[in-house]
Amino acid sequence: MKIRNADAAKDKAELNMTSMIDIVFQLLVFFIMTFKITAMEGDFNVKMPRASSQNDSIDKPFDEPIKIELKADTDGSILEIIVDGESKGTSFQSLANFVVAKAGAPGPERDKIIKDTEIEFDCDYDLKYEEVIAGITAVSGKRRADNEIEKLFEKIKFKDQPKR
Amino acid sequence: MKINRNRAKPVEEGDLTPMIDMTFQLIAFFMVLINFSQVERSEAIQLPDSTLAKPPDDTPGYRILLNMKSNGSVIFAGSVYSQLDELKGALSREIRNAERKNSTLQDIQVIIRAHSVAKMGKVQELIGICQDVELENFSLRVNEKTRSG
Repeated sequence: MKIRNADAAKDKAELNMTSMIDIVFQLLVFFIMTFKITAMEGDFNVKMPRASSQNDSIDKPFDEPIKIELKADTDGSILEIIVDGESKGTSFQSLANFVVAKAGAPGPERDKIIKDTEIEFDCDYDLKYEEVIAGITAVSGKRRADNEIEKLFEKIKFKDQPKR
Repeated sequence: MKINRNRAKPVEEGDLTPMIDMTFQLIAFFMVLINFSQVERSEAIQLPDSTLAKPPDDTPGYRILLNMKSNGSVIFAGSVYSQLDELKGALSREIRNAERKNSTLQDIQVIIRAHSVAKMGKVQELIGICQDVELENFSLRVNEKTRSG
């Protein structure tokens, strides 16, 4: 018997891929165009309710706050760091050293000091924001050699400024 | 004369499978890495760096993102506010919006993204405006700086 369609086994039912590839490339181009590598961002949390006579007595820390004055020069850079009336120059590292000494050695005593102590920043109006962040970084903790963060003071507030 | 029809048809097709495989891999890569939350970040803001910055562990119940440019003007919900007092109305509306979503004032996190050279006085004015509408939880956003960088 003669087999008519000897080539039938060879004929494959093939899908038309063109439209799918079109869409896939459109998607690829979209993602490539919108993709942007950005640095990771983090937060310093500050809880600052409006001071009022009612809650003054509630959240008041047991110890006096550490007062840090940040003075600005004419272009907004740091001119002087004053901690509890004592000048620390312009180095945030000396501020960090002071804070570490204030907190004491790691242990329950340090935890209590950190819990009870508030840091009050008194910043000049024209001071650059990045200088204040450097100050907050200095008092908030430090990175250890193993890249872990050793937390220090977290209760941070800003002294009210006269409005301009 | 016999005509061989099959001779006119042959089409040389390359094997598209590896290309499609690679393309899908690329799409999957970009889809995983794309971050739509960056849409609300303003490109005009260059954040200060900090070695202690860590991405937040948990997402707040409701957040208000305020971008402050180097000149002290604030970008909020797509609008630019040169006079910070004008921001109070917008913040009050946002708080009402949060309350409709069952968030209390304590649940609202105000995220301040200020330019690194913005004046601290302006940032404190912004905080004061937020305090006027009884917001009290603030996050000062910074760029994560690696030890080497």
